[in-house]
Amino acid sequence: MNLASLTISEIQEGFRAKTFSPVDLLRALELRIESAEPTIQAFLSRDFHEALKRAGQADVSLPLGGIPIGIKDVITVKGQPCTAASKILRGYTAPYDATVITRLKAAGAIPFGRLNMDEFAMGSSTENSAYQVTRNPWDTSRIPGGSSGGSAAAVAAREVPAALGSDTGGSIRQPAALCGCVGLKPSYGRVSRYGLIAFASSLDQIGPIARTTRDCALLLNAIAGRDPMDSTSLDRPAEDFTAGLGRDLKGVRLGIPKEYFVDGMDAGVRAAVESAIKHCADAGAELVDISLPHTEFAVSVYYIIATAEASANLARFDGVRYGNRADAPKDLMDLYLRTREEGFGSEVKRRIILGTYVLSSGYYDAYYLRAQKVRTLIRRDFEAAFEKVDAIVCPTSPDVAFPIGERTNDPLKMYLADIFTIAANLAGICGISVPCGFVEEGGKNLPVGLQFLGRSLDETRLLGIADAYERASGWSRQTAPA
Amino acid sequence: MSSPDLNVRNVARLARLALSEEEITTFQSQLGRVLEHIEHLKKLDVSGVEPTAHTYPVFNVTREDTPGASLPREAVLANAPRAANNLIIVPKVVES
Repeated sequence: MNLASLTISEIQEGFRAKTFSPVDLLRALELRIESAEPTIQAFLSRDFHEALKRAGQADVSLPLGGIPIGIKDVITVKGQPCTAASKILRGYTAPYDATVITRLKAAGAIPFGRLNMDEFAMGSSTENSAYQVTRNPWDTSRIPGGSSGGSAAAVAAREVPAALGSDTGGSIRQPAALCGCVGLKPSYGRVSRYGLIAFASSLDQIGPIARTTRDCALLLNAIAGRDPMDSTSLDRPAEDFTAGLGRDLKGVRLGIPKEYFVDGMDAGVRAAVESAIKHCADAGAELVDISLPHTEFAVSVYYIIATAEASANLARFDGVRYGNRADAPKDLMDLYLRTREEGFGSEVKRRIILGTYVLSSGYYDAYYLRAQKVRTLIRRDFEAAFEKVDAIVCPTSPDVAFPIGERTNDPLKMYLADIFTIAANLAGICGISVPCGFVEEGGKNLPVGLQFLGRSLDETRLLGIADAYERASGWSRQTAPA
Repeated sequence: MSSPDLNVRNVARLARLALSEEEITTFQSQLGRVLEHIEHLKKLDVSGVEPTAHTYPVFNVTREDTPGASLPREAVLANAPRAANNLIIVPKVVES
């Protein structure tokens, strides 16, 4: 049995039957990491001995007892580095646990390793990391997606059974799609962001990337819930997110938004997604044509709101209290200017400039306020659609993974590729990407993701629908060659 | 909506961010294209539409004002770029 390729559910069976122990599992993962990492480079760092100590003391009767979970480098784990893949935080050691980490530990899980990402979660390819380029395990000349590219690549490369990522405009779902994993963005307010380095506070959510929908539900069970340390986290009755699993698609109403099937999509992606939708219909789902008329404005609205909020959130990186500081500043202004020049990479600087501009005096109404109003229209589109359907089905990304370096000089093209994922963040609803086939390019199979979008706080139903598709289609758990 | 008249050099100063001449030229052109793309938002009639700041309507969330533990001073100072005598050291900000 190859322990490194098991799902969380299978690991739990193994623990219960005493076929193997948490220590056996962690050693198997470390062996796999040692052979895969020189190529994949998903981890910025990891503390095997600390994890091994926790595995030795693990209580496997807990919900996630003894399960190692990879952590995106934007979520704090006490005593471990946390850099958001930025030079400005090189050498920073987190002094406290994020709430999701406190909860994972309480559920018995072992936070294991710091996973690469686009700097401050800004990007769709993980190429904006200040430290290293992560490679897609399906074709190592290609990007893993982003910004949670390290999380998705580590799961796909069998280095960890599951990982946490964060999703501001698709940063969990898109890399999950491009690496052949399952990735869930919970509804806004479902999961506490305390200890998540903030990018765009009205959009950010933490969520899982795993091998199956069931594993995502198990992780959501552990991390969801009200937290006094994050006033945007919602006080909801306790819910078992696995409650909708194991059903079929009979009678489920799935909306097909016509705006999501337009020119410009990769032909192979379109074919895989259309075939997946037909599969849903064959399995008993009722397909409903719907319209989300403001879709074409979503990217513009997103890049105004996200950059505006980022420019405010990143003001804290000023070289005063933590992080790196420029050498020998001649005064305070010089300290700010050079610390930020030296510490931030190009994409972060570009977004700070755009965000500062759209918030600046004389432009606020024309850009930020107007974007917030169009955001209302986008939200209403979804509310109208969800009166007719249980979930929406569409592609996760218009493309498969592209070659490393292909888009780094064309930010607008990179931004436009987020078209199918960002509306969910703007509307605050939940979304999940599950594998739905491959496109062959240059003799390599490149994964395609199918996205299901659900009502705000309707994760139990959404997970049930994704799980039903996943079991009926059999596209999950394919093994990447690298 | 105003036509894109972004001046990267001025905005960078507002953002307390020094940029090289090369970055200023590149960002000017790249962000110019992004702003041109964004212009299509002005096609929409948004009169009477309320802005969405947060998607879930929760307001004025407060918690009990009870004292709790803070981070220990050493833990905070451990991440400071310069510290001495239990203080963070910064350049002089007051005129003598």
